Amino acid sequence: MCLALPMKLTSLEGQSGVAEQDGVMINVNTTLLPEAKIGDYVIVHAGFAIQLLDEEEARKSIELFREIAEQEPPE
Amino acid sequence: MKYIDEFRDSGVVRALARRIGTLAGDLGTIKLMEVCGTHTMSIARFGLRSLFPENIELTSGPGCPVCVSPQSFVDKAIAYCRRPETIVTTFGDMIRVPGSSSSLEKERSGGADVRIVLSTMDALQIAVSNPEKDVVFLGIGFETTAPTIAASILAARGKSIGNFAVLSGHKTMPNAMAALASDPEVRIDGYICPPHVSAIIGSDAYLFLAERYNKPCAIAGFEPVDIMQGVLWLLEMIATGSPDVRNQYSRVVTKTGNPEALRILREVFTPKDDEWRGIGAIPLSGLAIADAFSKYDAEIRWPVEAEPQFIPPGCICGRILKGTAGPRDCGLFGKACTPDEPVGACMVSSEGACAAAFKYG
Repeated sequence: MCLALPMKLTSLEGQSGVAEQDGVMINVNTTLLPEAKIGDYVIVHAGFAIQLLDEEEARKSIELFREIAEQEPPE
Repeated sequence: MKYIDEFRDSGVVRALARRIGTLAGDLGTIKLMEVCGTHTMSIARFGLRSLFPENIELTSGPGCPVCVSPQSFVDKAIAYCRRPETIVTTFGDMIRVPGSSSSLEKERSGGADVRIVLSTMDALQIAVSNPEKDVVFLGIGFETTAPTIAASILAARGKSIGNFAVLSGHKTMPNAMAALASDPEVRIDGYICPPHVSAIIGSDAYLFLAERYNKPCAIAGFEPVDIMQGVLWLLEMIATGSPDVRNQYSRVVTKTGNPEALRILREVFTPKDDEWRGIGAIPLSGLAIADAFSKYDAEIRWPVEAEPQFIPPGCICGRILKGTAGPRDCGLFGKACTPDEPVGACMVSSEGACAAAFKYG
C-alpha cells in the first residue's frame, strides 16, 4: 500500500493539481507538500504528493551504480 | 529523468549481485528483513532472491497495512457495514480481508454500502454528496498514509463536513521494528527500511535501532538496483560490525523527512499502544485521533460493537509477519488458502508475503 510513484506535476491550482507519468494523469493534492510547483517530480501516494524527487541526488546514485558496474569484472 | 528505468539497469543489478556474492562469502547465515510489503512484491516480481547467495536470507516484515491490522479491526469495520444509514469507505486492499465471520466484500454483496476509494479526499466527497448518511473511512496504513488521512480530517473541519469520521487503525513503524529487534524468537541481522514511510519520518528516525539494538538499517527505493544496493550496504555494515542508518533512497528521503506532513500528522493524531496481527501489543506503535478532533473519530462519534473474534485454525499469518515462518511453512498455503479464497490476511493484500509467494513462486 505504500506503493507511490514518481510523477510530474503538470498543473496546480491552490492545493489541487494533476500529475503525469507515462501518459497516465491523476489528480493530486499538495497539502502535505506546500513547496511543490508545476514541473516538479513528486512521489504520489493515495492522491497526495508526499515528497519531492531530488534530481541531483538521483544523478549521484546513478553515477555510483555505474562506478560499481565498471569496477566489477563481468561474469 | 523519469526516476524509474534509470533504476532497473540489469547490468548494474548483476554487478551488485556479484559484489554481494563476494562479501557474503565471509559471513555466516544472514537474515535481513524487508519491512515494507511493496519491497516484498518488488523482490518477488523481479526475481531478486535468486541473485543472492544461499547464506543471505530475505524475509518479509510487518509492513503490509492490511496484513497487520488485527482481526478486531476488521470485525469493527464489518460492524460499521451493518450499521444503518452508514457508508463505509475504504482502500481496496481491505475489502476481501476475512473477519471473524464475514468480510467487507461479503457485507457489500449482502446489501451494505461499502465503497472503494483511492484517496480519503474521495471519501470526503462521498460525505458531501450524501449528507443524510454517516460516512466512515477505514484508516489503515503507516506514516506514509496517515498524513493523508489527517489532511482529510483537517479538510472536513475546514469545510464543516459533519457526517465524516475515521476508524483509525494507523500504525507507526520504528517501534514495531524495535519490538522485533528485541524479540528473542525473531533473529534479524538488518533491516531494509520502508522507503515511503521514511519519506515522511526521515532517516534519522531509525538511528535508535542502530545505536540501541545494533541493527544496521538501509533505506532503499523499490526498484531492483535500489534493493540490491540496500542489501549490499547492509552486508557491508554487518561485515565491519558497524551498525548505522544508510540512505540509499536519497533522491526522496531526507534526514528529517517531510516537515509539513509530520506537523499535520502530529496535530490530528496522537501515539497510542496498539495491537498488531501476529506480533501483539506494541507500545506507542499506533495512532489515535487526538481529542481536539474526536468529532471525526468514528469510535467516539458512532460507537459499534464488534462480534466475538474467531481466528481460523492453521493460519500462521502472525508468524509470517514476524519473520519466523515463510508462506510455504503454512499447511493452508496454496490449498485451503489462495488469492481467490483467502483464509489469512497475508494472502489477500497484493503486497502480502503469501500473495507474493503464490503469484511469483
